[in-house]
Amino acid sequence: MSEQPIISIKNLHKSFGKNKVLRGINLTVNKGEDLVILGRSGSGKSVTIECLVGLLEADKGKIEVFGIDVTKLNYKELNKIRLRIGFMFQNGALYDSMSVRENLAFTLKHHTKHLSEDEVEKQINEALENVGLKEAIDKMPTELSGGMIKRIGLARTLIIKPEIILYDEPTAGLDTITAKEISELILSVQNKYKTTALIITHDITCAKMTGNRIMILKDGLIHAEGTFNELKNSIDDWVRSFFEYE
Amino acid sequence: MIAFIKKQLTQAGKFSRFIGRFFRELFVPPFQFNEFIRQCYTIGYKSLPLVGITGFIMGLVLTIQSRPTMTKFGAESWLPGMVSLSLIREIAPVITALICAGKIASGIGAELGSMKVTSQLNAMEVSAINPYKYLVVTRVLASTLMVPLLVILADLVGIYGGYIGYNVHSSIGLLRYFSEVIENLDFLDIIPATIKTFFFGFFIGVIGCYKGFNASGGTASVGRAANSAVVTASLSIFVVDMLAVQITDLFY
Repeated sequence: MSEQPIISIKNLHKSFGKNKVLRGINLTVNKGEDLVILGRSGSGKSVTIECLVGLLEADKGKIEVFGIDVTKLNYKELNKIRLRIGFMFQNGALYDSMSVRENLAFTLKHHTKHLSEDEVEKQINEALENVGLKEAIDKMPTELSGGMIKRIGLARTLIIKPEIILYDEPTAGLDTITAKEISELILSVQNKYKTTALIITHDITCAKMTGNRIMILKDGLIHAEGTFNELKNSIDDWVRSFFEYE
Repeated sequence: MIAFIKKQLTQAGKFSRFIGRFFRELFVPPFQFNEFIRQCYTIGYKSLPLVGITGFIMGLVLTIQSRPTMTKFGAESWLPGMVSLSLIREIAPVITALICAGKIASGIGAELGSMKVTSQLNAMEVSAINPYKYLVVTRVLASTLMVPLLVILADLVGIYGGYIGYNVHSSIGLLRYFSEVIENLDFLDIIPATIKTFFFGFFIGVIGCYKGFNASGGTASVGRAANSAVVTASLSIFVVDMLAVQITDLFY
């Protein structure tokens, strides 16, 4: 992990009507780092990463990714940045009219028109192998379990070979064992591909397993920051309360 | 009241921008040709049986229902001409468009609405694939081109239905029936009626897409999007038809 910041958010504000969700977030993620953002539901975790990829427009503030302020980019320029970022959705967000193969091929074919069918197939197989679901290649999303959907979602993210992966609640809605498997998978992917990761979660086990550094979001602001053990032994009762059920 | 008017105007503004974006994206590459062909197949080919059956029944019923009145005035021989004119100028375009509004607009509204609430549109967006270009432009274009073809099919099948209906009580050969139909038809009967069907198709597609793209608030909104798409598209068909008839009347 280097000290070179790959994501830098300064004074980020976002409101929905009168509801102020983000009230001036500041954070930096270094290259190769796995940063976890913890927080209760509605604290603005997902809004932060949605602003980061331009799904939501920030009201105020600066979001630099690869040293470029994404809030000032036009659609075409933003898409160039998006190609270097993978986004794993909370619900997997697989295209339900397409099979697993088609889900993976869709993005790949769209951006790499020069690839032969054999090459596409090879990359699909490789991505599925990385998430341990090669046998699911011809299945439809409706035939997959929650854990499998998350894995395929991750495979679809990996296939474009991103430099940064944003995980939005990767273990939400899963049983404890499957959630642990997903956390292990994230860790192995991070180790193999050496990508930078920003993981949004409220799952303490996931945060402990996957994060080099943890930030805790409260009322639209970064309330605390540190390693897992530092935060667990924090003098702040509210911060410590997160780790009570660990 | 003011809040209601403001809301309606906001909606109208959003819808106009949505249409404007369609025309902007339409002429900017890359073109999603494969998806466009797939949509033509779904919207056009898969609607053939429904439109064919409806067209046949329209022609048959119109002939059988009109016969007593025509006979009363001694104008039974005018039936083929009257039926074909009614079908081509008004009944087939409007009824076919309404059927398409029910089938196509609701299908598009539900599909895109479901994609919206399950973050599939966002997944496309973050993968640097323009969902508007991939989903909206292809569907609206396919609908604009397929609805006129479906109407032409309904016209032809409807006229054939009229022939069958005519032969229930009288006897006329197919060739003579069709020559009477053609004798009573003018280009000016066909052209304006066909032109308006492009607008029907456009509004069916664009309203379905707009409602789907703006679905929000969970799975219930998918049903609402589909329902609203059908109602709005049906209403738009009548409005476009009224305008088309007024414009045609000015020129011819």
